[in-house]
Amino acid sequence: MIGFLQNIGRAALGFLAAFGRITLFTANAVRWTCLPPYYMRQFFRQVLDIGYFSLPVVGLTTLFSGMVLALQSYTGFARFSAEDTVATVVVLSVTRELGPVLAGLMVAGRIGASMAAEIGTMRVTDQIDALDTLSTRPMQYLVAPRILAGTICLPFLVLIGDLIGVFGGYIVGVYRLGFNPSIYLSRTLEYLEFSDVTLGLIKAAVFGFLIALMGCYHGYNSGRGAEGVGRATTNAVVSSSILILISNYLVTALFFG
Amino acid sequence: MAKKTDTGSTDKGSKTAVPKIEMRDVVKSFGSKRVLKGIDLAVNAEESLALIGTSGCGKSITLKCLLGLITADGGSIKVDGTEILGTDRRTLEGMRRRFGMTFQFGALFDSLPIWENVTFRLRQQQKMNRADARDLAVDTITQLGLSPQVIDQYPAELSGGMQKRVALARAIADKPEILLFDEPTSGLDPITGGVIDRLIIDAVKRLGATAMTISHDMASVRRIADKVAMIHNGVIIWCGSVEKMDDTGVPVVDQFVHGRAEGPLTTAAKEEARRG
Ligand SMILES: Nc1ncnc2c1ncn2[C@@H]1O[C@H](COP(=O)(O)OP(=O)(O)O)[C@@H](O)[C@H]1O
Ligand SMILES: [Mg+2]
Repeated sequence: MIGFLQNIGRAALGFLAAFGRITLFTANAVRWTCLPPYYMRQFFRQVLDIGYFSLPVVGLTTLFSGMVLALQSYTGFARFSAEDTVATVVVLSVTRELGPVLAGLMVAGRIGASMAAEIGTMRVTDQIDALDTLSTRPMQYLVAPRILAGTICLPFLVLIGDLIGVFGGYIVGVYRLGFNPSIYLSRTLEYLEFSDVTLGLIKAAVFGFLIALMGCYHGYNSGRGAEGVGRATTNAVVSSSILILISNYLVTALFFG
Repeated sequence: MAKKTDTGSTDKGSKTAVPKIEMRDVVKSFGSKRVLKGIDLAVNAEESLALIGTSGCGKSITLKCLLGLITADGGSIKVDGTEILGTDRRTLEGMRRRFGMTFQFGALFDSLPIWENVTFRLRQQQKMNRADARDLAVDTITQLGLSPQVIDQYPAELSGGMQKRVALARAIADKPEILLFDEPTSGLDPITGGVIDRLIIDAVKRLGATAMTISHDMASVRRIADKVAMIHNGVIIWCGSVEKMDDTGVPVVDQFVHGRAEGPLTTAAKEEARRG
């Protein structure tokens, strides 16, 4: 019994310590992102990596999600003769939920992992110490460009993902379910509000920030050797995915209505 | 434990009252593992010190503490008489500008070509232009026996020995006052090792730098160092001029310097000596 309580206590302390470290890291990262010098070359490299090279993954994910959503909602709504709503259901689900969350999770796997691996490798091979020695702050040179690029790129990615997802729904709606193209399109736009799209984009910015933050944090604090880098990579992906789902609920609840 | 300290006072040393680098009772633990238990070390301006000791005894950690890359748990670290342990970030960053360091495994930036690696500080801090930086990179690496074409390659494309030389070029490119070398010649052929020894001697004698070099190669230590310090069990067990190294009267030092498998050093080190 005592041992059991001890374990709980130790776990709680460990959790609090980790929480404190992450908070400190976040405050530092945000501070150094705002202060000069700004490393533009590093920033654009990240924009290319996060924004451009993630397009295929995000595009495929949202395309097929939009398609399956059209099929599934048709099956459901046909049971009470509300097939007309398919277009509306697709566009609202994609812009408010599926676009940001699926894109976020895919990018967490792709970018979160590569950031943690890259920065973790730099840590274990002393490259981060070398940066410090060469009078360049790793927080500004490595972390700031990634966090900025993540926060800025994700909304654009999600916007494109939204369009592709809605297009997927349209393809299925028109060619498989036999909707009239112009009616499907007008239904898509009829009930869509500006705030639906902005909610999705705000979420995307939050997710982008969290993915980059977790990738950098775990890489920066990577344990020693290849094993340490491997663990950092896994932790970055798992923690950013969980944070995405939690913050998704929080942001939705905040803007609900 | 018998601890014999000889400051090896050369006439260079007596010129300046304050040592260039002074570490007093520096301690550092990782978890429950006490790695440094009180390092006392003084290096005078324009002096070249060799730091020796068995693998894992804390030589690299000592240099990292000196640069503040790892924060020591206690003690005092002074550069030109200015305390840097527990000081603010600005002082620490200002102090680092006077140092050049090579790391045990090179630590070249994988994502940058060689010329940008070599001129990194000059490009980032002093905004040196591209053409000048490339010229300087060529100058520096040819001094180290590398061919000029290398500057457009990436670190991963070079052999280990070439990477070491590029790392050395990066450390000396902007002519710092204090140079720290972590095993600069390990894993190199004797000829390249000789070139690097030459370069370290040059940097110290010609540029008037102060150097601390970690080395396992006693022949190299004899060439480059004025003074030798040995770390054992977390403390400096012996420190003295290089001439006195052969005859210290400290069994551990004798054993190490003469590379004897039998002696007071730990079984782990014996194992290693037997295998090596
Ligand atoms: N970041 C770290 N975390 C825990 N232990 C470390 C860390 N860095 C070094 N050590 C330990 O400190 C000791 C000294 O390391 P080091 O200074 O690299 O030895 P060496 O004298 O070979 O350069 C080693 O036993 C190593 O395992
Ligand atoms: Mg070492």
